Amino acid sequence: MKPAGAPDADFARVALPHLDAAFNLARWLMRDPVAAEDVVQDAMLRAMRFFSGFRGENPRAWLLQIVRTTAYSRLAGVRDAREAAFDPAAELADPADTPEVVLQRVEGEAVLATALAALPTELRECLVLRELEEMSYRDIARVTEVPIGTVMSRLFRAREALLRHGKTLA
Amino acid sequence: MTQCCPDKRLLIQAHHDGELDAAASAALMAHVAECPGCAALQAELAVLSRRLRAEVVAEPAPETLRRRLTAAAAVGRPANDTRRLARPIASFGVGALLAASLVLVLMPGREAPMDELVAGHVRALQPGHLTDVLSTDQHTVKPWFDGRLDFAPPVKDLAAQGFPLVGGRLDYIGNRAVAALVYRRDRHPIDLFVWPGTEPGPGARVRQGYNVEGWTEGGMVFRAVSDLDAADLAAFGRMWRALP
Repeated sequence: MKPAGAPDADFARVALPHLDAAFNLARWLMRDPVAAEDVVQDAMLRAMRFFSGFRGENPRAWLLQIVRTTAYSRLAGVRDAREAAFDPAAELADPADTPEVVLQRVEGEAVLATALAALPTELRECLVLRELEEMSYRDIARVTEVPIGTVMSRLFRAREALLRHGKTLA
Repeated sequence: MTQCCPDKRLLIQAHHDGELDAAASAALMAHVAECPGCAALQAELAVLSRRLRAEVVAEPAPETLRRRLTAAAAVGRPANDTRRLARPIASFGVGALLAASLVLVLMPGREAPMDELVAGHVRALQPGHLTDVLSTDQHTVKPWFDGRLDFAPPVKDLAAQGFPLVGGRLDYIGNRAVAALVYRRDRHPIDLFVWPGTEPGPGARVRQGYNVEGWTEGGMVFRAVSDLDAADLAAFGRMWRALP
């Protein structure tokens, strides 16, 4: 029985192990390490205040949801020129080459990261949560506050865009 | 030209992500075995995932951030905790924890490093970072700190003296949450950091080209940091102390 909100020692034990994941998501959302640090700090302090309302299941998704909300409120109104125009109707490019060949044409490790950073935010976050944080569709849906079906289609559009990007750069 | 079947794309992806049950996976793989387009998509997804995980490396959170948050959790949640901390130590299980928090709040003890003050100021100078609450009205800025800190920083209006209030924000100095009041003199921002304590002011100091002016009053420690020249910053301190 917790007297008046959960002790903060619990907060440190539950939330701080997910600090790296929080920072990674913030970094990919803000595309700026300094802004990401600010977002994570704000989000963690908010999480600390709301901790008594936390029910104890899946702290990582709970925390990342707060990080995302904080990041989005910072991003509101700020449109980044790096956000490429995105055509969701575009089909996958001709897969005549083997995927290895296509992707190997694009040399340099930063290329894929740059392409990921250029994705629209709602596609980028899905891919980061899936590929880098290895979260399930259900948890991604929780963090991004959309239905699982939307997660699936966003994830697909994100991957499609990166695959297409690999081919056009070739 | 090979194309994947449009109705199979999300299924192929779900299989790739391990989200498809065994029966559905088996049925899908039977189809993929006979459909070059779908097989190509499956291969592409596999390569892309492998490359993303190999090449896009997640950076760990900065150690300074981890330390600040660990300290903030140890000191206690800023919201609504003032009463709880001020109360005599309860005889419940949380007594020890409360006692620890109480000691930390009442005895921050050591002098916050000068460099941390300047670092906090410089960090805040980046666009959009200076203020969390933007107001020239002390009656707006002061209540903004309620629930965000475990103490109530005094906020004064020095507009008549040529130092208009710009706003305030939370900052972290010496491993604790502190109030930063932001003033301006012409184009020069001034950060006035405030936290409870009794450590005596260091007097005027210069760090990395920034002037620091410190004093202690009424159980609160005040440290002003600015690129303003030392005489003006000292005047700011005098006027602040002179105001009721």
